[in-house]
Amino acid sequence: MSSSTVTEATSTSPPKSTASLRHRLAERGVDASLLMLVPALVFALALFVYPFSYGIGLTFQPSPAIQQAWGGGLFANYVAFFKDSFTFDSVWLTMRLALPVAIFNVLASIPVAFKLRQRFRGKKLLTTLVVLPITLGTVLTAQGLLIFAGRQGWLNRFLIQIGLVDQPIAFVNNYWGVVFSLVISGFPFAFLLISSYLSGIDPSIEAAARVMGANWHQRFRRVILPLLAPGLATTSILTFVLAFSVFPSARLVGDAMGSTRVMSLMAFRAFGEQNDYPMASTIAIMMGLVELVVIALVLVWRSSMYKGSTGGKG
Amino acid sequence: MTSAAKTFESLELHDVGRSFGGRNALEDLNLTVRAGEFIALLGPSGCGKSTALNCIAGLLPLTHGQILIDHKRVDTVAAEKRGFGMVFQNYALFPHLTVEKNIAFGLQMRKVPKTEVKRRVAEAIALVKLEEHATKLPGQLSGGQQQRVAIARAVVVEPRLVLMDEPLSNLDAKLRLEMRTEIRRLHQSLGLTTLYVTHDQEEALSMADRLVVLREGRVQQVGTPQDLHNEPANWHVADFMGYRNLIDLFVTAVNGSTVTVEDKGFSLRGTAAQPVSVGERVRVAIRPEDLVVVSEVVPVRGGNTTKAFVSVVEYHGREFAVGVTTSEGRSLYVRSDQPPVVGSVIELTADPARVLVFRADLIDPSTLSVEEKELAEVRG
Repeated sequence: MSSSTVTEATSTSPPKSTASLRHRLAERGVDASLLMLVPALVFALALFVYPFSYGIGLTFQPSPAIQQAWGGGLFANYVAFFKDSFTFDSVWLTMRLALPVAIFNVLASIPVAFKLRQRFRGKKLLTTLVVLPITLGTVLTAQGLLIFAGRQGWLNRFLIQIGLVDQPIAFVNNYWGVVFSLVISGFPFAFLLISSYLSGIDPSIEAAARVMGANWHQRFRRVILPLLAPGLATTSILTFVLAFSVFPSARLVGDAMGSTRVMSLMAFRAFGEQNDYPMASTIAIMMGLVELVVIALVLVWRSSMYKGSTGGKG
Repeated sequence: MTSAAKTFESLELHDVGRSFGGRNALEDLNLTVRAGEFIALLGPSGCGKSTALNCIAGLLPLTHGQILIDHKRVDTVAAEKRGFGMVFQNYALFPHLTVEKNIAFGLQMRKVPKTEVKRRVAEAIALVKLEEHATKLPGQLSGGQQQRVAIARAVVVEPRLVLMDEPLSNLDAKLRLEMRTEIRRLHQSLGLTTLYVTHDQEEALSMADRLVVLREGRVQQVGTPQDLHNEPANWHVADFMGYRNLIDLFVTAVNGSTVTVEDKGFSLRGTAAQPVSVGERVRVAIRPEDLVVVSEVVPVRGGNTTKAFVSVVEYHGREFAVGVTTSEGRSLYVRSDQPPVVGSVIELTADPARVLVFRADLIDPSTLSVEEKELAEVRG
């Protein structure tokens, strides 16, 4: 009898609230503080939602030249993207740059972040040196690379003078030039992110593993890595996106029409040289799609990892 | 789980010390621990007790001294090879592993066969009564349950030595009492040698076979709970052992162990706990329960009497904690069965045997090295 009344009480809706409408709305999070979202909303609408939708719309308005060359009616731009090997190859060329760079930046940051987590003399100086390149713009980095590592640069002259090589090595104006530039600008970023994830792991967890008999290799593989994995996933996504959208360095220190003909360059070419807005938009949208696929793959992998608290201040 | 597999005869700490950036966090810790003993390191925060524990665990290298187990040095052995178990203040459970896997970790590191791991983990889980929670993650457990996992994880490997770093300080009062009994029960049934760090003197007194009281990195006294409770070596230990009334006075007469002390008309008779001489400034320690209100049934004891003004009365269940102020402006703490009226004047007395007279300075000259003695003399 008593149990039936209890179920009845829970199944029927609770008695009507006597609080004012304003109070009830506030309970659901509707109050004046929502106004604080207005600037962000305006910006998002004006600078992202509208241009983005406009761009998508443009991709379905192919220019007559494209329609004639590739057919496909409304989808002519997309047909052109996939069938024109000059355009489509840029997906592979960009991937070939962005993936290794993102993986390298993340992997190289882990030991550095580990070392800089400890306390030692000169730690601040070292951290500053590691992070400093983030303040240099891409153009400055490219300029520096050209001067330092170009055919007549200090590096090549030094290598020739000490007799290591007889011909200058082509460090720039090719694939490697862009890789160096992306590492210089991406590594501090990856390092900062991983450091903050690492500082979120309570050091006593590692100490516990140590007292329990785990050597550094076991501690890293069985304790630190699983706890750091979500952070590694996020960091790789962000460094990948940064590297994938490479534009200035691909042009300045790369081989813009050859090995570093990245997607953003192709989009710029369609827009700036061919005045084909719709095609440029199509390439940009495809760029986003490729990034989304990679991000989705990383997130799927991440979802299989532990996601909860790591016990630290993080 | 029936018996500790690898045990030892004695663990010796010789002049163990650790300094951080020129500041000594721990100095000259000498201690011999026998197998199966439960030892508590007791002291206020920052006294070096956790430093001592981390040094023994191998998580901090020693700045000087040696740690020996059966006369073999272990301070040069890496933490992961010492074969100790440790319980951390914040539990330090692996948040991504289930309770079972947390407990199995140490056994897996020791390459114990799988079937045995399974059996021992099940035993350890039963020991701390967590059978229903075996497959949960630490984040799904309450504080007390997490603490149980941490303890099971430390004892499942049958370590030579269990180190506990304030394991109960993050629990609420009721749970703390329960876990205290639990740890004591585990210690008695497993016979594991345990070093237990705490700042709670009640916890230390109730659990440990022997206590080590530390202050500013130096050992103040080593002894059984009874020793420390009844015969504190100096006023600091007395302060820690519940002698809440510490009064600074001057010695006017010494007669055997009976000492008369006074200052500004306030006179007391007490017992010298350390050798003192006439004219010396001393610190007198009295427990609140030994300072009683004079009434028809409670006569003045040994001529010790003073009038005081009642300033605060706290209800403590069975009795009342009373704060009083003497006419010289001294604050004293008194235990009373009857609540005196706030603002009234009462007469207090204390048995001279329960009034302990200590030197005002803490450093015992007999423990100082020759150089330190000379330095002290120069300083006058």
